[in-house]
Amino acid sequence: MRVTINGREYEFGEPMTVLDAARKVGIYIPTLCYHPRITQSGSCRMCLVEVEGQRLLQTSCTTYIRDGMKIWTHSERVKAAVKHNLELLRMIHPDDCQTCEANGRCELQDLLQRFGVERTMDYYGNSVKILDESSPAIRRDLGKCIKCFRCVKACEEIQDLSVYAMVKRGHYEYPATAFDAPVYSTVCVGCGQCSFVCPVGAITEKPDWRKVLELLENEDKVVIVQTAPATRVAIAEEFGAEPGTISTGKMVAALRKLGFDYVFDTNFGADLTIVEEGNEFVRRVNKGGPFPMFTSCCPAWINYAEKVFPWVTKHLSSARSPHMMLGAVIKTYFAEKIGKNPKDIMVVSIMPCTAKKDEISRDQLIIDDWKPVDYVLTTRELGKLIRLKGIPFMSLPEEDYDHPLGVSTGAAAIFGVTGGVMEAALRTAYEVITGETLPKVEFDEVRGLDGVRDATIKIGDKEVKIAVVHGLKNTEMLLKKMEKGEAFYHFVEVMACPGGCIGGGGQPKSLDPDVIKKRAGAIYEIDEMMKIRKSHENPAIKQLYKEFLKEPLGELSEKLLHTHYKDRSKEYANLWKYYEEGKVS
Amino acid sequence: MKIKVAADPKSVLEGSLEIANYFGYLSGVHHVQVDVERDANLGNCVGGILVDINGEKYKVRDKKEAAMLFVQGVILRKKVKDLAVKKVLPPEESRITPEVLIVKRNFGKYRDIDGYIFLGGYEALKKALKMKPEEIVEEVKNSGLRGRGGAGFPTGLKWESALKEKASEKFVVCNADEGEPGTFKDRMIIEEDPHALIEGIAISAYTVGANKGYIYIRGEYSDVAENLKRAMEEAYDRGFLGEDILGSGFDFELVLRFGGGSYIAGEETALLESIEGRAARSRFKPPYPTQKGLFGKPTVVNNVETLVKVPWIILNGAEEYRKYGTESSPGTKLFSICGKANKKVVVELPLGVTLREIVYAYGEGIYGEGELAMVQTGGKAGTFVSKEKLDVKLDFDAIKEGVSLGSGAITLIDDKSRFLDIALNVIEFFEHESCGKCVPCREGTFLVRKIISKMVEEGKVDCDALQEIERIVLIMKDSSLCGLGQSVHNPIISLIRMLERGEVA
Repeated sequence: MRVTINGREYEFGEPMTVLDAARKVGIYIPTLCYHPRITQSGSCRMCLVEVEGQRLLQTSCTTYIRDGMKIWTHSERVKAAVKHNLELLRMIHPDDCQTCEANGRCELQDLLQRFGVERTMDYYGNSVKILDESSPAIRRDLGKCIKCFRCVKACEEIQDLSVYAMVKRGHYEYPATAFDAPVYSTVCVGCGQCSFVCPVGAITEKPDWRKVLELLENEDKVVIVQTAPATRVAIAEEFGAEPGTISTGKMVAALRKLGFDYVFDTNFGADLTIVEEGNEFVRRVNKGGPFPMFTSCCPAWINYAEKVFPWVTKHLSSARSPHMMLGAVIKTYFAEKIGKNPKDIMVVSIMPCTAKKDEISRDQLIIDDWKPVDYVLTTRELGKLIRLKGIPFMSLPEEDYDHPLGVSTGAAAIFGVTGGVMEAALRTAYEVITGETLPKVEFDEVRGLDGVRDATIKIGDKEVKIAVVHGLKNTEMLLKKMEKGEAFYHFVEVMACPGGCIGGGGQPKSLDPDVIKKRAGAIYEIDEMMKIRKSHENPAIKQLYKEFLKEPLGELSEKLLHTHYKDRSKEYANLWKYYEEGKVS
Repeated sequence: MKIKVAADPKSVLEGSLEIANYFGYLSGVHHVQVDVERDANLGNCVGGILVDINGEKYKVRDKKEAAMLFVQGVILRKKVKDLAVKKVLPPEESRITPEVLIVKRNFGKYRDIDGYIFLGGYEALKKALKMKPEEIVEEVKNSGLRGRGGAGFPTGLKWESALKEKASEKFVVCNADEGEPGTFKDRMIIEEDPHALIEGIAISAYTVGANKGYIYIRGEYSDVAENLKRAMEEAYDRGFLGEDILGSGFDFELVLRFGGGSYIAGEETALLESIEGRAARSRFKPPYPTQKGLFGKPTVVNNVETLVKVPWIILNGAEEYRKYGTESSPGTKLFSICGKANKKVVVELPLGVTLREIVYAYGEGIYGEGELAMVQTGGKAGTFVSKEKLDVKLDFDAIKEGVSLGSGAITLIDDKSRFLDIALNVIEFFEHESCGKCVPCREGTFLVRKIISKMVEEGKVDCDALQEIERIVLIMKDSSLCGLGQSVHNPIISLIRMLERGEVA
């Protein structure tokens, strides 16, 4: 197809939108509601282009190229329309940039700057000024909402939860929860996909970074940080690097510069999880059930199971998530080593996830009277901390994690990607069950980014049916199939976010359509670079069991590393009460 | 006492019926018993309307003179020398387009399906089921029928593109959401001739290959919907709907859906969203509904009036239909006359009729004291047309002259209405009805309303603000997602032009 853009002819092979075509040849077209993770709504009218022969301006994100098409992306007519539409948005958007969580990472801010949009109209403010801080995971500040429909679509299309819907009309519309209930009391699982796609600061993670900043300035506590597998392949994006840039060493160095006393690796916790969860699975295989067993390291998935499919809670692995395990080990095993009480130690987790913020508030996870993890920061928040402290991230030297809880394997690294937990567990389970060495550590059946992947794996003389699913929409389909008896599995890995943790709601915002693929590639690269690629071979794990835990699923393990779940399906059932209480604005 | 008012076509087009009505109005105001007679043979005079009071001939140019004549000549029973006419011309023939009853063919003629069948109902369906879908498409294409909801898209082309789509399932949808203010033609059809609508929908479904259809009727029409429901039940009972219709092997299920009362639900893609159970917000096009419509399947959405014409065209042929109307806009159109009109009615006239005929011959001019100041055509989103343009021929091309046909609403506005009041009324409507999906319409309508409200508060028109408004609505036209935002400029700018010309204060 020959298409003329701004007077120059280009040749395109396959059908694509005008926006994609223009970007392919390096022509900038502004966007605001466009996001590659969701279907387009065509609502922001920023990507307008002039197409010869068309009476009106066309949105390039929804218009497909045709042979012989003549497109103008920067005509005066286009620029006038885009600038005017930005003026209209500025009319309702507050000038709170200085204290806004999205400052510097705000698509509206960028566009206003790009087009030099002064405040030419009176400021009328947004029609709603709801500030919803009910959830430990996300914060909604609807006064900043520009009504781009991204959160509505993300929740509907990725997670099929539809926590938000646009209510009212015209200037007065806003993305509301059912009956304007606080988001925490709805079916929301805290995955944070809405905060990931929000182009402005209307939905963000619940910010905890200020508290961590204060904590670091507080001398009398030992502050220990741990970093999740998926953060190391994404954090560099906050500083302009290509998605999938591995920056483990720089991140560790930056965390030390921030003032953390010890930098540990959640990957250690992941290895520990595999040993515990793998042994739990082996125990179930030997006892003959109950099947299926579901993984339990994704807190959004746990929330989903408890809220929407309560029968699943009986099948969830009792293993805590990796950072919880590591937090517990830090405050016991490691505390002993450095001669401290659990209460003198503060553990901060750097996570790609907003639901982890919700997870640490769970009562079931409190051990004695202390919490294994005190604060969770998202990758984005860590980026902000590093920026605010003026640390030159990209030019930092590479540093290593502290010992002994910074030692990890390739199996732990792949926790960050969908299928990774399954693969890591299979690597261990195979060797535990058969007692033989695994001939090939890669399980290609569970890799890839298809919504649901299933396979039958032969372990010794047993055939194990497994499934890997990511995104709650896919999960819902799979669970419904299982309910109907159309599918049976022994072991199911569920990750709530697309692509697993690498596509988590707390990861750096990105408009790169291939961001998940690139980050996943980096994760597998880390795995390949590792000398040890099976969790049970991690020397630090072996040492931990020898010195402290004694055996997997043992008494101390049960106390520190396992948990239980409850049916919360009734909790959000009665949203009507918010209407009756007159909380509806 | 008897007043005769000239009612020959020439006088009528000059507003004699308005004067006749005004005499009736005055007799009520003054409690005077008079007979007002419209006399087509009374004659004519130059530069005014000929009035006969007790054999005395007078000439009346406007309502002021008519009022004076009434007081002097009727109440005081004096001769009014100033208005007397010496030379009476013979009645003059000037053509007033007569009503053509295609849509209104059965109005008031039947109560139930037996009556409809007696009138020849469902014959078109029988004929259509024996035809190939391509033949029906060809016939409809030849007839030149264009959508009567306002946009005027050729119906035959729409059906053809849906027919060509390969899909497991297709739908037809009848748009009975008639939300355009001042339009009540579809309501009349549903009240008076629901079976013709059902027949039209069944034919359209057969043509495009749909086995399920929806009638999306606005929630406010729940009363007339009862009539429609009954008619649908009758049609199911007689086998005109349901499985294996008339032994042809064609199944068609028709379902009635109620709208929630938003204006934008009348826009076809928003309507589909609403049927799917979402809030009515427009989708972007393409893909067009004929490619990806209801539940992602090819869907044909047609207006009530369009569909009612189909059985007639099938029975009488495209040639016959083309005898009415103009080359580019064949056939008839229902006009609903409202506003300050003396007669608020639905009339069916061939396209190409002038606005003057509708306003003076069928609407009979302005009621009461006021004089005609302007006409808004095509509903709230249509243009304001000044008195000077009453001779424009109304068809789908009239928009080139600044007169939109739209849904066929003809709203008469008298000179008592002020610019700011009209402007505020218009923009408040759009601000309230903007669905909120796209930025230029969502915030633009709000901003324009704010500017006009400010002018209303201050009580004076600000020319700079008007320029700003013009800029906003023109960008809104250029960059909005759907027809709502794209047409706000129609009323606003035409109204501003009238203000500039001094035709409205």
